[in-house]
Amino acid sequence: MIERVCVAGAGVIGSLFAGHLAQVADVSVLTRREDHARVLNDEGLRVSGRSDLRASLTASTDPAALPEPDLVLVCCKGTDLEELGARLGGHFPGATVMTVQNGLGAWEIVGSHGSWPMLASVTFMSGTRHSDEHVEYILDTATWIGPMRDTSHADAEAVADLIRSSGLKAEAFDDLRPALWSKLIFNATVNAVAALTGLPHEPRFAELERPSDLGHLVLALMDEGKAVAAAAGVELREDPWEMNVHATQRGSRHFPSMLEDVEAHRPTEIELITGSLVREGNRLAVPVPLHSALYQLVKAKEASWE
Amino acid sequence: MKVCIVGCGAVGSLFAANLGTLDDVEVWAYDLASDHVDAINRDGLRLAGAGDVVGRVRATTDAAELPPCDFGIVATKAMHTEGAIAATAHAFANGSVATVQNGIGNEEVLARHCERVIRGTTFPAGKVTAPGVVQWDVKGDTTLGPFEPKPASADAIEQLADACTRGGMPTLAVADARGPQWRKVIFNAATNPLGALTGLTHGRVCEQPALRRLASQLVDEGKAVAAAQGIELDSDPEELIDYAARPEVAYGHKASMLQDVEARRQTEVDYLNGGIADFGERYGVATPGHEMIRALVKGVEASWME
Repeated sequence: MIERVCVAGAGVIGSLFAGHLAQVADVSVLTRREDHARVLNDEGLRVSGRSDLRASLTASTDPAALPEPDLVLVCCKGTDLEELGARLGGHFPGATVMTVQNGLGAWEIVGSHGSWPMLASVTFMSGTRHSDEHVEYILDTATWIGPMRDTSHADAEAVADLIRSSGLKAEAFDDLRPALWSKLIFNATVNAVAALTGLPHEPRFAELERPSDLGHLVLALMDEGKAVAAAAGVELREDPWEMNVHATQRGSRHFPSMLEDVEAHRPTEIELITGSLVREGNRLAVPVPLHSALYQLVKAKEASWE
Repeated sequence: MKVCIVGCGAVGSLFAANLGTLDDVEVWAYDLASDHVDAINRDGLRLAGAGDVVGRVRATTDAAELPPCDFGIVATKAMHTEGAIAATAHAFANGSVATVQNGIGNEEVLARHCERVIRGTTFPAGKVTAPGVVQWDVKGDTTLGPFEPKPASADAIEQLADACTRGGMPTLAVADARGPQWRKVIFNAATNPLGALTGLTHGRVCEQPALRRLASQLVDEGKAVAAAQGIELDSDPEELIDYAARPEVAYGHKASMLQDVEARRQTEVDYLNGGIADFGERYGVATPGHEMIRALVKGVEASWME
């Protein structure tokens, strides 16, 4: 029975989880900034958009100041995983820890700082953060959860149940890898291409008419990723090229987080997303020249504003 | 002898001003920038920097004013070749027309309008700093040779090369000018877009080992396309890349494509990476790296329309 949840990292995704889960459990929030913790303690958290909620929470920058949770949701940006894992180290020995980041290695990074049972997840929900105490819930798509270390499908199902009871969408899997890899290949391609071109994810990503059309590059990147997945013995849950075609045909012009990071001159999640795909390709001796090139170009772009 | 410079930007001005110091050459310049044209007609065309020169040049924005000329030297950006030569071709009905532009494919465009075409490659560089005034940054050699399908005569090429050399632009007439042209296009295509996509100067691109390797991959693809056509490069583009990265040469130089991207001007990617990719396709040589670069840079250009 999950009664107490600690949300570690209160960006958009963390705030959406905290605001909803506080309706069905005791929720604490581990923040990076003191003033953020103070605002949450004083004013609580507000969710607008697809939900209309208010939540009262306990927040702190110090895990020792928070109640012992049954479940920790690690919701920080991928670039902050190592630091956050280190802060959690030595705390919450009775908790199960679940990561929510894109890419492949998130649970291993956090799991290296403690012997917690580990779950991993990928989330497709999205929102906009209006202030430290106000987040808007925009895309009500699901979070997929699977067991990773010393956990079972039943543990994943228990967390999915809790999340569903709070008003969000969730699904548990025996093996998360087919879903994780589908999203990894999709994200590695779409995020890096968007970050380098400045284009949001829009219909050009699926155009194949002329030889210079962007769709050819996107398709070639998807094919490289699929070859790595096949060599890793992963049967993809969805074809990432079809995900791309569907997403762009819907007519929405989504601004991937990596594009937003590049425009704001913030460090990107390239290491966890494209980097993990390139490392898997190298480990399995599957050529990934295009993903390697995008990886290097995005790293160099980061270096240009350092 | 009458020579008309078609496109009197930085490179065109270097030819125009230097040729304009010779008593036996009457220099005309066709350009669409009326303030530049007016300043040239009022004060002469001035170069400063690598050489201080004031050339006598008759400039015009109206192609109908051009007299019949012995030679044309086309120096527009590659995407403006078609419009510029369509307007001026009447002046070269009995003359020969040389291109000193970047990239490949310009000779083919000229040959649609002119009977005698000269394949050219030039290394000097500069920038227009004020109307009628050009900063001469880099001195360098020019190579001229016949465009094989519609060649100018060897005597004519020799005559133009001699005039350029006497004017202060060392120029060599050769039987096969493809080697220098492909060396330069491979150099440009392997380095300019890496700067344009990352925001890094030439030197900083080269000091990042992974990016430098990416440049070498692009060089290798370009060499394979040149070899498939039986073109012998006059020297290794790799040497040029390392030479240019030296602090006293072009370490801090922002490639023209990066300048274009920063100013949100259309780039020459179609004539650099696109040219190599197109010739690769024609000769059955795979160029996935150049195709990737073309797609990304075209994506950058498309993002400005968003």
